[in-house]
Amino acid sequence: MKIDLTDTTSARINAGLIDARRASGTPAVGMVLTLVIVTDEGSAYDALKSAHEASTEHPSRILAVIKRPGRSPRERAGARLDAEVVVGDEAGTGETVVLRMHGELANHAESVVLPLLLPDAPVVCWWPDQAPRKAGTDPLGSLAQRRITDASSAEDPVGSLVMRAEGYTPGDTDLAWTRLTPWRSMLAAALDQKHSTITAAAVEGEAYNASTELLALWLADRLGIEVERKVSDGPGITGVRLVTTDGDICLDRSDGRLAELSVPGQPDRHVALKRRETAELIAEELRRLDPDDIYRATVQFGVDHLVTANGSAKGGKDPDSGPTAAAGATASAAKKAAPGGKAATPK
Amino acid sequence: MTTESSARSGNPLRDPLDRRLPRIAGPSGLVIFGVTGDLSRKKLMPAVYDLANRGLLPPGFALVGFARRSWENEDFAQEVHDAVKEHARTPFREEVWQQLAEGCRFVQGDFDDDTAFETLKSTIEELDKARGTGGNFAFYLSVPPKFFPNVVQQLKKHGLSQGTGESWRRAVIEKPFGHDLASAQDLNRIVHDVFPPNEVFRIDHYLGKETVQNILALRFANTMYEPIWNRSYVDHVQITMAEDIGIGGRAGYYDGIGAARDVIQNHLLQLLALTAMEEPGSFHPKALTAEKLKVLGAVVLPDDLGKHTVRGQYAHAWQGGEEVLGYLEEDGIDPKSKTDTYAAIKLEINNRRWAGVPFYLRTGKRLGRRVTEIAVIFKRAPYLPFESGATEELGQNALVIRVQPDEGVTVRFGSKVPGTSTEVRDVTMDFAYGESFTESSPEAYERLILDVLLGDANLFPRHQEVELSWTILDPIEAYWDKHGKPAQYASGTWGPVEADEMLARDGRSWRRP
Repeated sequence: MKIDLTDTTSARINAGLIDARRASGTPAVGMVLTLVIVTDEGSAYDALKSAHEASTEHPSRILAVIKRPGRSPRERAGARLDAEVVVGDEAGTGETVVLRMHGELANHAESVVLPLLLPDAPVVCWWPDQAPRKAGTDPLGSLAQRRITDASSAEDPVGSLVMRAEGYTPGDTDLAWTRLTPWRSMLAAALDQKHSTITAAAVEGEAYNASTELLALWLADRLGIEVERKVSDGPGITGVRLVTTDGDICLDRSDGRLAELSVPGQPDRHVALKRRETAELIAEELRRLDPDDIYRATVQFGVDHLVTANGSAKGGKDPDSGPTAAAGATASAAKKAAPGGKAATPK
Repeated sequence: MTTESSARSGNPLRDPLDRRLPRIAGPSGLVIFGVTGDLSRKKLMPAVYDLANRGLLPPGFALVGFARRSWENEDFAQEVHDAVKEHARTPFREEVWQQLAEGCRFVQGDFDDDTAFETLKSTIEELDKARGTGGNFAFYLSVPPKFFPNVVQQLKKHGLSQGTGESWRRAVIEKPFGHDLASAQDLNRIVHDVFPPNEVFRIDHYLGKETVQNILALRFANTMYEPIWNRSYVDHVQITMAEDIGIGGRAGYYDGIGAARDVIQNHLLQLLALTAMEEPGSFHPKALTAEKLKVLGAVVLPDDLGKHTVRGQYAHAWQGGEEVLGYLEEDGIDPKSKTDTYAAIKLEINNRRWAGVPFYLRTGKRLGRRVTEIAVIFKRAPYLPFESGATEELGQNALVIRVQPDEGVTVRFGSKVPGTSTEVRDVTMDFAYGESFTESSPEAYERLILDVLLGDANLFPRHQEVELSWTILDPIEAYWDKHGKPAQYASGTWGPVEADEMLARDGRSWRRP
């Protein structure tokens, strides 16, 4: 069921939600969280689709905030709230409200969102593309326990990781990090087995790929070794190599689908390691709503390192252009011309 | 298990704070005996695929089928492929299948065939080389219990029951775990003779269900239930497992066993233990088993078994729009059979928390609908300050844990009917799993197979629990053997009249689930 409300208020939207639920015969709902999606008209469709898919695992109230400040001074001076309330089939298992905020109201989105949050349930805020510099202090972001950004969708993915590290507030997370979970679990499982000391590592992936940088940072942080960042044609991350005294532990994925794991003294094996859809990533994010300390350590590892190892890694580059750790610096600055720069080094 | 955890704690990539990383089983393989059976096709193989799809199996995971049929590895892989496509919970993905198919092997043979077990041994050795399974194998005995001695002895004889070095070998067995105390002890002796008790995993698939695990969360993670979870507030507890199907093609297995042995001894007594036990010190298997044993040990039977137990057989009738046969008319059933297809018993628990609170357990085939639930019925309020008549329609408060289908929790309480006069009527408040979480909650077998590979014995009943359950049920079966015969009930109803009378004697009535 769909109710269109033009030039409306939060109170009328709340009443509309109750009406819609009554009419569809489901007055009680077991929604577990409110998901606020901050986006624009262009990305709204895809983002809502992913959120609806994820809502089969996490029934939620989805609030899509679409800001339309307007192009002319007259439009900018006015303020209007239009809303689309969707309950039932089209809205996945929960309910969806698309909020279009015109004119001056676009600067006060939190005033609309606050009364529409589910009582007592966690709030998650997701920016599918452009995220504020510091998500935790953003008026919408500060309503949420969990803030999801996506460095990969930014103009400068690696640079935006630096921004994430600097503006980190507990509860922040990034889809570039979520995309890594299968890689990280496979590597962790490989090291569950007996292995000799790891002396060096290399991570290979597309240029301008925030996930690849994060994986390099994670390995450098956890293993306390130098990690080399290599550039390949992708898709995404294409391989990880851990150098041990007995030989290399390799996880290679050339087609974005099926990887090959080779471990010294063991046969080579295939591992399914498919690149995941946004809906799956969001579902994973919504599973845990507490701060992700490992993400913090990883993303800040680069920045910390940058401070201590200063000049050598940073070179003479614009600090904003991406030197998340040395890894970012070499990869983004050297572009494809010079693959294989030294990446993150331990403190 | 100890070797695994020590290896893990030394893993620099693992961190207790890093909770995104799932528990992945170490290098290992699963050998299924009786792989052509229904259970294997409908539950086990799909569960293995679903685990692989969720990235929870080790890279070189091996699946070995053992059966009489003359198949090649490829035929077996095709069979697994078909079973997975038809029954798996998660979508079929070619790359996951490819990873799994490379580790599929088939061994043909009878259970007393020495050459077949030698082939199995060489297959396992070959897998260790080709797939890096590291000698870790779990043997899943999906075969009738009469073959257990044969299979485990063969495993021992061919040196398959013990791994070398740090590798493990585990045995997984399905119910029935015997048909009375003596046979259960025999069975345990046979299996433990070959596998150490901590490497034997008894599958009670109910314990793998999310809702059953949620009983522990509901009771021990919340504060609002524990204070009323005792004899001061609880009037009685009803635990029901109803099936709407008949015995189908299982006449050979079912006749002589009956509903009580098939269901009450394992599933219902386990549910009773989880509902009634004290808080365990931790969720370590030992602590959990200790609490379950304590409460099962405190169970007492009523003095007059004739008055407080009922058994029945379903009779020819119309059920849900279909005409169905009575039990005695089913193929392969002796028309004079005294096997129960319905059983209801009353138990009490002699401890401070539960003394005087009856636990009514019932199960049956061809009942109204398929449902499993635990209903905790509370006492009435001691005093009602309403006009007479206002609370006439008010029943007892109840908390119902719906185990399947439509998993969730219902709370029933009184509420004022809108209007000018005061009238209080029962209403329900519902929590549905399907609504609050996931339509994709894992199947019981997924969780249980993963736990076997990880060596986590939390959700598996220990042999002491099995034996204790039989000591509870054996006297009832013995009484039934000597006295009377099963009452007939029309298929599609909620059991024989005698069962209603049994509760009416206590001034109570069965809930319609």
